Amino acid sequence: MRETDVMVIGGGPAGLSAAAEAASFGCDVTLVESDLALGGQLIKQTHKFFGSKDERAGTRGFKISELLLEELSGYGNVKTYTNCTATGYYPEDGVVTCVRAEDEYFKIKPKKIVMATGAQERLIPFPNNHLPGVYGAGAVQTLMNVYGVKPGDKVLMVGAGNIGLIVSYQLIQAGVQVAGIVEAMDKVGGYWVHAAKVRRLGVPIYLRHTIVEAIGEQYVTGAVIQEIDERFQPQGERKSLDVDIICMAVGLSPTCELLWQAGCEMVFVPELCGYVAQRDRNMRTSHKDIWVAGDAAGIEEASSAMVEGRIAGVSTARALGRGTHE
Amino acid sequence: MKLIEEHPILDFKHGKRVTFSFDGRQLEGYEGEPIAAALHANGVKVYRETPVRKQPRGFFCAIGKCSSCFMVVDGVPNVRTCITPLKEGMHVETQRGKGVIPAITDKGKR
Ligand SMILES: Cc1cc2nc3c(=O)[nH]c(=O)nc-3n(C[C@H](O)[C@H](O)[C@H](O)COP(=O)(O)OP(=O)(O)OC[C@H]3O[C@@H](n4cnc5c(N)ncnc54)[C@H](O)[C@@H]3O)c2cc1C
Ligand code: FES
Repeated sequence: MRETDVMVIGGGPAGLSAAAEAASFGCDVTLVESDLALGGQLIKQTHKFFGSKDERAGTRGFKISELLLEELSGYGNVKTYTNCTATGYYPEDGVVTCVRAEDEYFKIKPKKIVMATGAQERLIPFPNNHLPGVYGAGAVQTLMNVYGVKPGDKVLMVGAGNIGLIVSYQLIQAGVQVAGIVEAMDKVGGYWVHAAKVRRLGVPIYLRHTIVEAIGEQYVTGAVIQEIDERFQPQGERKSLDVDIICMAVGLSPTCELLWQAGCEMVFVPELCGYVAQRDRNMRTSHKDIWVAGDAAGIEEASSAMVEGRIAGVSTARALGRGTHE
Repeated sequence: MKLIEEHPILDFKHGKRVTFSFDGRQLEGYEGEPIAAALHANGVKVYRETPVRKQPRGFFCAIGKCSSCFMVVDGVPNVRTCITPLKEGMHVETQRGKGVIPAITDKGKR
């Protein structure tokens, strides 16, 4: 069985930062990432990031990822596996099981673990929401910004938070029409600059509206939207839109299955968008060998993911008795 | 293929063009890119049919987390096609139901 000092699960900004930090203290680090490339959400982000200047605000997302990878490549003591998913944690002996390329299974026994598994997209209930063509905003971004594939011809965006607004703008950049954005609240949730950009391009933002049905037999051929009242009940006229993609940008939930499995104490924090692991200020959970960082610790943004990753990385090194640079 | 030709910020570098089969049809895609992305570029959106209600499913998360994109690839069912790289000559099939797990030969390799 493979052994390692620090295992980092997830190769987004949080995981990459944790790995670099732990490695800088001489720990032997193994990082697994289920995607085909490292970088997490960052590799899909073509816009200049908001946040703190120290954490690279003003730089485009995919560039931040390149900078982190460059930093990591300077360490000989980091092993990274892509297309490799951590599938289980066994509390009785601390073994993590992994599957690589859907084909090769292996076990790894780390001394310490940083869970940096990010988040997953939410879906809201409406008839036919199972139809192909109802995609998470992240999936739409992956198709168009990573692989250069047009997700469709015409899109209905659900949600006018920053993600909904940014992805709408990115769709237009990729040559896809955006028929409209529906938002359940009575004001736009995202930053004004992002809303102004899409409005300027003539995309209507329907406030106090929601999607009530997807139309189609085998895949989406249309969508129906409707106004909602204060109790979020649909009312008034149903408006049909001729779209082939319904893009969901209604929020994210922390990916925390492995934390539950490990028996970490979990708490429900609405501000962090769901159940998250209870942790101390060094991001250590109630389990003495497990740390958490980034969106997996609560939905925030890349700047905080990087800071949390670094804190977790230093803290694992300390716990291994390697807390100072030579 | 439905590819983005011009982009104000990104410059797409695709790998080698390869041929693969989808339900017996010959399609083209780029080596190393996810099977699901190659199918989508060919206009294919339905990847499986659910076991009980026989409803179509395509992809949803594109990051290997939701199981929506399961297909039969080279005889193996439940392959997450959104994170499985395309190779020359792959046989990709729509998955109907739960799929049948192929027999495992020695050393666990097919
Ligand atoms: C459209 C959009 C715009 C954004 N804009 C901004 C912005 O302007 N500024 C900003 O600061 N933030 C922004 N963010 C948020 C930012 O991208 C995220 O907060 C950040 O990427 C979180 O980092 P992370 O490392 O925690 O998670 P992620 O980047 O999601 O990385 C987690 C990684 O873990 C992998 N993984 C998960 N489970 C496993 C497993 N079991 N085994 C192996 N690997 C696994 C996943 O494949 C993924 O690559 C934006 C997000 C989106 C979607
Ligand atoms: S689309 Fe979610 S696992 Fe592939």
